[in-house]
Amino acid sequence: MNNLRRLGAIILAVNLVAVPIAQGDPYQFEDQAQREQFDSLLEELRCLVCQNQSLADSGAGLADDLREEVYQMVTNGENNNAIKTFMVQRYGNFVLYDPPLNPSTAVLWFAPITLVVFSLAVIVFLTRKSQSRNTDKLKPMVPRD
Amino acid sequence: MNPDYQSRLDREKVFRRLFFIPIVLFVLMLIFLGIGLSLDPKLVPSPLIGQTIPTFSSEMLLNPGKKARTADLKGKPFLLNVWASWCAACRQEHSVLLRISEADEILVIGLNYKDQRSNSIRWLENYGNPYKFSFYDLKGKIGMDLGVYGVPETFLVDGDGTIIYKHVGPLDDEIYRDTMLTKVYNLNK
Repeated sequence: MNNLRRLGAIILAVNLVAVPIAQGDPYQFEDQAQREQFDSLLEELRCLVCQNQSLADSGAGLADDLREEVYQMVTNGENNNAIKTFMVQRYGNFVLYDPPLNPSTAVLWFAPITLVVFSLAVIVFLTRKSQSRNTDKLKPMVPRD
Repeated sequence: MNPDYQSRLDREKVFRRLFFIPIVLFVLMLIFLGIGLSLDPKLVPSPLIGQTIPTFSSEMLLNPGKKARTADLKGKPFLLNVWASWCAACRQEHSVLLRISEADEILVIGLNYKDQRSNSIRWLENYGNPYKFSFYDLKGKIGMDLGVYGVPETFLVDGDGTIIYKHVGPLDDEIYRDTMLTKVYNLNK
């Protein structure tokens, strides 16, 4: 029983060590903060070849190059803004999953709220109308001549 | 006329008008969907259009001892064609580039992108070389500065070094004549 438990512990230990090694992460960082900055940036940047994938997910050659570029900039201590500006200058706002607010994206940002306000206004208008009609009906009938 | 009856008529008129709102919205939606369908989602507008071409240099593809520089290209409009021997669509547009080059209407410069030199040299020997010279961008660094995301891409640059147009995908006669050349002529006016 004791032996079995020891075997279990060994198997567990081997797996805990082996899994990260097998994944073979090519990117090494000085500290955890850089690692997190890198990971979150890759999630926010779009791959231009497979457009519905982020840089973190895409297997395209260009995504590889851009990941490498982001890695270099992160390890050089550049901040998120500088890295995003680098990408936007080359590939446009399209590269960002979270589009910035500017004249060309204004419709995107304001259309939903405008539609909601507009629909509420229509609903209020229609209910008022029908209410006033209902009260009309409650008026005493005018006797006909 | 009975005032009640009149007000009911008015109300009906209003409702008849309201009835058109959903139809108008529906038609608008169809129009937008139609426009959306006709757009190519793969095309990403380049932020570089209207900007000065980034400065870069590399060794020349066919002449590794010599440097190719963007600074040397000032003064005349040119086409910068991003190509590679591994790119099938480049083969498709190649005859168009050869014709442009032979007609001598505009300078054609190549940017050999992430390619093995031996392969690209063999490719030019087999199919002909339309380029005055080609930049050699093994790592794709120049391509990154130009925002290249799909080969082939063709940039139209004017004499001041401003990028005026970019075409993604194989070039054809129509795009070259109707869009690019028109823009060049407009510049010269």
